[in-house]
Amino acid sequence: MAEMDEIQEMFFDECGELLEGLANGLRQMDQPGYDKETVHAVFRAVHSIKGGAAAFGLNDLVTFAHRFETVLDLLRSDRLEADPALMSIMHRSSDCLADLVTAARQSSEPDHAKREALLTELDRIMADGGDDDAIEFTPMVIDIGALDGEDPLPGLAGEAGFNIHFIPDGDLYRSGNEPAALFLALAKLGEAEIRVDSDFVPPLSDWSEDQPQLRWTIILHTNCAADEIAEIFEFVEDCCELHVTPLTAEPDGPPKPDEISDSSPGDIPETAQINPPEPAQTDSARPSRPAASGGDSGATIRVSLARVDRLMNMIGELVIKEAMLAQVIQTAGMSEDPDVLAGLDAIGQLAGDIQESVMAIRAQPLKLVFQRMHRIVREAADATGKQVNLVTVGEETEVDKTMIERLIDPLTHMIRNSVDHGLEDGETRQARGKPAEGRITLSAAHRSGRVQIEVSDDGGGINRPKVREIAEERGLVASGASLNPAEIDQLLFMPGFSSKTEVSALSGRGVGLDVVRREIMDLGGRVMIHSEIGQGTTFSIALPLTLAVLEGMLIQLCGETMVLPINAVQETMRANPSMLHGVGQDGRLLSNRGDLIPIIDLAGEFGLRDCPATIEGGVLIVIEADNQKRSALLVDGIIDQRQVVIKSLEENYGHVPGVSAATILGDGKIALIIDPEEVVRTSSGDHDRAVPAAAAQG
Amino acid sequence: MTIRILAIDDSPTIRALVAKALRGAGFEVVLASDGVSGIESLPEAQPDLIITDINMPRMDGFGVIEAVRADDRYPDVPILVLTTESGADLKARARRAGATGWIVKPFEDARLIAIINRVLGR
Repeated sequence: MAEMDEIQEMFFDECGELLEGLANGLRQMDQPGYDKETVHAVFRAVHSIKGGAAAFGLNDLVTFAHRFETVLDLLRSDRLEADPALMSIMHRSSDCLADLVTAARQSSEPDHAKREALLTELDRIMADGGDDDAIEFTPMVIDIGALDGEDPLPGLAGEAGFNIHFIPDGDLYRSGNEPAALFLALAKLGEAEIRVDSDFVPPLSDWSEDQPQLRWTIILHTNCAADEIAEIFEFVEDCCELHVTPLTAEPDGPPKPDEISDSSPGDIPETAQINPPEPAQTDSARPSRPAASGGDSGATIRVSLARVDRLMNMIGELVIKEAMLAQVIQTAGMSEDPDVLAGLDAIGQLAGDIQESVMAIRAQPLKLVFQRMHRIVREAADATGKQVNLVTVGEETEVDKTMIERLIDPLTHMIRNSVDHGLEDGETRQARGKPAEGRITLSAAHRSGRVQIEVSDDGGGINRPKVREIAEERGLVASGASLNPAEIDQLLFMPGFSSKTEVSALSGRGVGLDVVRREIMDLGGRVMIHSEIGQGTTFSIALPLTLAVLEGMLIQLCGETMVLPINAVQETMRANPSMLHGVGQDGRLLSNRGDLIPIIDLAGEFGLRDCPATIEGGVLIVIEADNQKRSALLVDGIIDQRQVVIKSLEENYGHVPGVSAATILGDGKIALIIDPEEVVRTSSGDHDRAVPAAAAQG
Repeated sequence: MTIRILAIDDSPTIRALVAKALRGAGFEVVLASDGVSGIESLPEAQPDLIITDINMPRMDGFGVIEAVRADDRYPDVPILVLTTESGADLKARARRAGATGWIVKPFEDARLIAIINRVLGR
């Protein structure tokens, strides 16, 4: 059964690809003058889902796919036209089919009401499309009939069996059917006495393939049912004359005269007792052939994710061991030896290459996520009554598979948010001189070692006075606080901010953008927002390429080594007094590129403060947080910059404030990976931790 | 003597199901994912029997059957159509093309094997 489970899993994977192709094809069909092959491909996709589903007894899926396919067949044969109304139903059917696949995969209950409604529409289309010869389909025709022999012909007391007259015509031979094979099958049912009547074989000069030439009479002594005889002849019934009569009814009788008009009963036919002969197909000498079944196994293989993950973990270990080895070599005083260094270097290079290769295995195009968004847009557009066109760019951009899965929810939310709040309604748009149809662009690209995903709309932009009003109403910001536009935009990400009072039709909208932000941050990414009044709003997500390895800056903090994710770092500098400005009693600000930015003493933040920090002796690392606010982290020194393997702490320790994970260093010691965002957030609400001026000067 | 069967189907699931059934019965199996690659694999595979899907990209099952029948190198190789449709129209088309028989999906392994053995005269 395990093999069947595996194949079923394969089927669901295949369904994913087929559904993707289906959705794609249907979108192409939205355009006038689409390629005819597209309809065929779309049809095949639904057809394959149906075929596989039937094999696993997924009847809900089979029934729906069948009717969907029938309508597609009408389209394919030009009996229906792909007008927008029909295409809308096709899109929804495709969505519904996807839902049914998901339901089958999760053994959950699909939305029956939705499915029934669509089935009704499909039926209506079929009726309109003059579907007089719809594809016949009987989902479960596995019927081996009376093979169990439980229903033998109620024969008389005499001899049980059949008299079979069989006259093959030319088509039988041309179709690869072989009388000898049929006789063998008959002989398995009992004792067969086979006679060939060759009287009708014409002289060679009159030879015609199409004329029946050999006639056979088979007397079969058997207890089996007539059904079984019929089954043996099931493939040839249309290319032969066949008469089967029970022996007891008319023992050994010739065919009725009106059935075979030109028979000549006087002749004594040749008789042959069948012993299972060597089948003709297998005894001929064939050219030798390789033992391996080459065929088309394709250029791809399916590997379970667990195996790839194991490989990824081992590579993590390899990176750590490599660092340890380097440490040992240094300790042993061999780090000057050029051969050792070259060897170490080569291993390092190789480990890096292997890591990249494994990451490439896990990488999948964002297409998988992006294509789902068409549906989200469609549903959101329906719910809000807006016209929306989704444009996707850079679908082929690849990211880690885990990331793909975890991007679905936040992107779904952002897209809905864009349709719902970003775009104006059609009238407003036209009044503003824009096309009534709003546009949402979903784009992705690799940018300097990160993946950048943007959701932008061409709507009215963020209504900042309104946002501010709501935030004040909900106590998220002090009334009358001075906020710049970027700061107001950031309010959208605050927990508790939600301006959706009017939209209830969009299901699954229990969350605000704060959850989106949290989800993206959990992936090691950041969300930025950019909005222009009247022009639209863009949400940008920057994500790391992988969740397993991080490019980190190793820093020294009161004798501890910690890791700062390099992507947060803007610049580093050795502090010099001319850049520092006192503020209030004991605060200090760093003057940097025209801004005054707060200094955060990292050792203080982590409670390592028994060695008093002096800004002048330390190093300042300028980081930029989500809200584009910059801060300077004061550390004792920078040790190195390198890739570190991320080891989760949360499983065993829960969430540690200011720390996102840990890693193992070359010397085997554990180093904590700092979450700079969180450090900035907690410190800004806690002025006691600001670097004391006295200490700074001391 | 091992019997070799070429199974042509664009669905990896169906290919896997067919391969499982056939290999379980001791047949050697060669797989192809569409009509064109199925035809291309013939000279090397030299199958004793061909099982083909109908709806496939590049070349459909009817095309496969016609191509095989038109090729003198494989005169009488039995070709079974494996299809979800059981309509008389399809059977007639398959027969005109030169198909030996048809099996309707979903198939039971035992039935598939029984039909193959019957057609091969085993």
